[in-house]
Amino acid sequence: MADARPLPAAKQGSPLRLFAGLPGGHLGLVSLLVGLLLLFAFLVPGFLSVATLNSFMYQLPLLGLLSLAMIVPLMSGGLNLAIIATTSQSALLMVWIMGTLAPPGTGGSSAFLVILLALAAGLLLCVLIGLLTGALVAYTGVHPILVTLGTKSLIDGVSIYLTRGMALSGVPDAFAAAAASTPLGVPLIFLLLVAVAVAVGVILKHTPFGLACAMIGSNPEATRYSAVDTGRVLVGVYALSSVVCFFAALVMIATFNSASADYAQSYLLVTILAAVLGGVDPFGGFGTVTGLMIALAILQLLSSGLNQFGVSTYLTVAIWGATLILVVVAQTFAARLPARFRRRK
Amino acid sequence: MSGETPFLRIKGVSKRFGGVQALIDVDWEVRRGEVHCLVGENGCGKSTLIKTVAGVHPPTAGTIEIDGRPVPSLDPAKAKALGIQVIFQDLSLFPNLTVVENVAVESTLGPALRPVQKAGMRRIAGEVLARLDFPLDLDALVADLPVAERQITAIARGLAAKARLIFMDEPTASLTRAEVDRLLAIVARLRGDGIAVVFVSHRLDEVVKVAERLTVMRDGRKVGTWPVAEVDQRRIGHLMTGVDVEHGVVARDMRAAPPLLAVEGLSRRGEFADVSLTLRKGEVLGIVGLLGAGRTELALTLFGMNRAEGGRILLEGRDLALRSNRDAVRAGIAYVSEDRLSLGLVLPQSIGDNLVLAVMRRLKNRLGLMPQARRRALAAEWVERLKVTIPGLDAPVRTLSGGNQQRVVLAKWLATRPRVLILDSPTVGVDIKNKQGIYEVVADLARGGVGVILISDEVAETFATCDRVLHMRAGRIVGEAVPGVVSEHEMEERIYA
Amino acid sequence: MPEPASGPDRAVGAALARWRRLRRRPETWLFLVILAVGTLFGLMAPGFLTLPNVIDLLETYSVQAIIAMGLFVVLVSGGIDISFAATASVAQYCAALLASRLGLPAPLVILAGLAVGVGLGCVNAALIHHLRITSIIATIAMMSVSFSLLMYFSGGRSIYDLPDWWTSRVVFYRAELASGDIVRVTLPVVLMGAMALLTWALMTRTSIGRQIYAMGGNPEAARRVGIDVGRLTYVAYGYLGFAAALGGLVQAHRVGESVPNAMVNTELAVLSAAVLGGASLAGGVGTVPGVLLGIVLLAILQNGLNLLGVSPYFFQIVIGVTILVSTSITVLSSRRGRRLRTLGEAPSHG
Repeated sequence: MADARPLPAAKQGSPLRLFAGLPGGHLGLVSLLVGLLLLFAFLVPGFLSVATLNSFMYQLPLLGLLSLAMIVPLMSGGLNLAIIATTSQSALLMVWIMGTLAPPGTGGSSAFLVILLALAAGLLLCVLIGLLTGALVAYTGVHPILVTLGTKSLIDGVSIYLTRGMALSGVPDAFAAAAASTPLGVPLIFLLLVAVAVAVGVILKHTPFGLACAMIGSNPEATRYSAVDTGRVLVGVYALSSVVCFFAALVMIATFNSASADYAQSYLLVTILAAVLGGVDPFGGFGTVTGLMIALAILQLLSSGLNQFGVSTYLTVAIWGATLILVVVAQTFAARLPARFRRRK
Repeated sequence: MSGETPFLRIKGVSKRFGGVQALIDVDWEVRRGEVHCLVGENGCGKSTLIKTVAGVHPPTAGTIEIDGRPVPSLDPAKAKALGIQVIFQDLSLFPNLTVVENVAVESTLGPALRPVQKAGMRRIAGEVLARLDFPLDLDALVADLPVAERQITAIARGLAAKARLIFMDEPTASLTRAEVDRLLAIVARLRGDGIAVVFVSHRLDEVVKVAERLTVMRDGRKVGTWPVAEVDQRRIGHLMTGVDVEHGVVARDMRAAPPLLAVEGLSRRGEFADVSLTLRKGEVLGIVGLLGAGRTELALTLFGMNRAEGGRILLEGRDLALRSNRDAVRAGIAYVSEDRLSLGLVLPQSIGDNLVLAVMRRLKNRLGLMPQARRRALAAEWVERLKVTIPGLDAPVRTLSGGNQQRVVLAKWLATRPRVLILDSPTVGVDIKNKQGIYEVVADLARGGVGVILISDEVAETFATCDRVLHMRAGRIVGEAVPGVVSEHEMEERIYA
Repeated sequence: MPEPASGPDRAVGAALARWRRLRRRPETWLFLVILAVGTLFGLMAPGFLTLPNVIDLLETYSVQAIIAMGLFVVLVSGGIDISFAATASVAQYCAALLASRLGLPAPLVILAGLAVGVGLGCVNAALIHHLRITSIIATIAMMSVSFSLLMYFSGGRSIYDLPDWWTSRVVFYRAELASGDIVRVTLPVVLMGAMALLTWALMTRTSIGRQIYAMGGNPEAARRVGIDVGRLTYVAYGYLGFAAALGGLVQAHRVGESVPNAMVNTELAVLSAAVLGGASLAGGVGTVPGVLLGIVLLAILQNGLNLLGVSPYFFQIVIGVTILVSTSITVLSSRRGRRLRTLGEAPSHG
């Protein structure tokens, strides 16, 4: 009953935090990545091939962008359960505009204009959703899980209501061609992921907004007392998260050539899994885009490697979950070990 | 001393945590039904001593006797069974449960599926509160009670558990004078019932007056135990710190200096009323008064956290309309909160990030980015200027000692280049050396023309630093004194009258 | 300070205090909203306020209600669990396998199904308590592990040949109304009632229930008082596992087959119902009647809109708006009037 163990991470957050804050905190993740790479290279003949790399670059962007949309609110101590709903709705809107105003065969410049219009509308929708969510989180004080649960339900509801649950397709040829292009041999959608990741990374690490975001994640009141407009920062957090969803929507259209409220629903929890695996503190305050990207690479590598073994995707997801548990456990023990050692000395 | 066995006697108790010797060879006793004060600075071993007696930390060496019988392996359950109860500073209540359920919580500790004895619990709670002569609404949620009544609930819980010795950790820290008086009346009642009470405090306050004996701890050792009548405040301060703090009076006549901040008839319903004051350039103005006199509330309004509901704030003659603390910072007002741990600092984050938090805007380059180099340069500069001892800018601020943490808070605010600096109890939980250091910083700032408002519980502190001291009571400014013209003792008399 | 008031004054005061407390409870508001919505639908859709419709509604929502009872306990303990739908599916499928492939007798099958649920719940508890993983992360991970394994081993194949004892309808009470409609009280409704009663008794009438409330309110204080927090974690998540498994078995009973992914995506609906009913994500708060009212509100909204001919797709929008509005109102109303009083309480003289 009365154990005198160190108290569990009740107040100050998880022991993860200690690990993630250490310099070289990604060392474990990188070695896991390299280890897996070597393992698969050894076990699967021809694993280290251009084909594998290509499938890697085509499969990663959607999950990667959605995870980026999740990491921003996670850093601020919140959560955005509406990212998939936002992405789908933005994609639906863009496909609808393109399909209605520029049916296949519409010529050059007018198709170009329609595409621009669609992009603008999709972006605007995401910004609006983000501002609304952010305002609700910042100014009502309701827990972000509940707010975004509500907005998710609302957005999904509107999408399903308007489309009757059907998928929309019909993208202008120009758009499809651009989406499928591979400048310098790299798929455009992968370049998009890299660009957005760099942007989010820079924003989180090198701007007042990013610093405020992490500070709010650790202690919103102390941050407010330090003359930071925490309300505005929170609105910005959810707006940024939604804007990243806009890019995810582009990738969604490029990948499926259509849009539907049903696409990618199963990714929601995987994004949280990836973020935590990448060292993002689920209580907020700590995390890096680099860690997230390494974690995504690990997940994708596991999935491609197992795929080559002929392992079903279901088993892959199970292994992802198990990986998360193992990594978190390893981090917990890694954080506890030094303390124990010190006490014995 | 009578031949009666004391309720608690510990002999030669030592406690070591890793490399830290938290308690060194402590002999101590608490008599039945006595009121005892245990004082010492932060980190002197008071809390370790309580936790050892409460069975949380088994001692590395020494014996603990209760009722004259040695208790070889004390654990929390056994300590409770023997009648030792600790009321921690956070009170450890359940805000979501009613008063009854909090007071009689022990009744629910039985076998899992045993039906809850609602009537029994009610009877227990009613009886205990009647013993304390303090009728509380038994069905009220603890979350809805004011702090003072929560404290009573915590005491009642200890009594319901058949306490014979109650430790109260900093019990008066958040109480108003009237509430403290009520608490002391209750303590007198407990004494009448033969229950011993140990007040634990790092501050010397009115509680000392009701105690019979007082024990001072320093650096893990017991300095000694004295009848309260034999030691005065100054002596206690000396015993606690080991340094003879002889504050000279530093007050200067600042009447010639131009006014910097003028407050006229400032009011906020329920907090303070009709407050007028003038702070001159380079002046250090003290505000003393009991906790709950409205000092912090006034400071928060001057800092723009709360809106004034009447009156004006003028900075160098210009009306200030403060909609938020950002307006205040822009105008050159900075505020060091009394609650360093939850409002002053973001503890888990790095020292460097904490230092630049309030001036992020200034660090931006044309692209809107804050270059790492600029951040570190600024942080390093302030660490240097305030002589903060740190392991590195990337270390979490949590790892610093209280004194160094407070220096980080000061540095954070000085980086905003304030013209008016409001310090709210800036030396609470700060060791004596760092205290002096903070006073020196304040003096330096004043010489540089910054106006400083220093809010404090300790008259001695304001007398050692301020040019003028205002006395606040019940939300109003009721007096003004110039240190030296009025003696420290006279001022204390006025406040505690 | 407070003086003993005279008899009647005191009674009035107590009544006032009780009303004030009642007024702040989400259950009160929820009840009023349900009354209003119910009346509205009753007036607009003639079929709404008929006994058969109400009983039908109850049966449709019985599975969600049964699982919500378990989730409620976890929420009160200060945790959260996302994995219950996966747990329910796994327990259901395991039981279905035992019943259809091995032909085990009913009690064994039911016992095995419930045991699988409790076991999975205990795995969650172990991850949370011993390995110190945050409940939301642990249960997300467990959800993907257990659901994916289920899909892997089942290959997504449904089991249609459930034994008769499982799928045949059990009617406890049957009556024919004057209108000719037939009212049946069936097993799911009875189980839902039993589960609600059991949960209510557990949480309000036993020591362990009160301990769970205490732990949700202040875990640190609970530990100091001597409450075994680890044991409570197992009880809470184990109970949710049990409730989920029971819900899974009942779901198969209602539809007559076991489909591995039939329960997916009910997580958020069940969570919404619990939260609507006043269970707080912060722990320590909530009541069984509140959670039931939350379910009822969602049920009548869906059914009423349905009867009014509103597209079923519209329902999700309504849920979203309901969650946003109700949680915002709850939080905002509790925030009002929290100013520290210093002026009135401090002595004004001397």
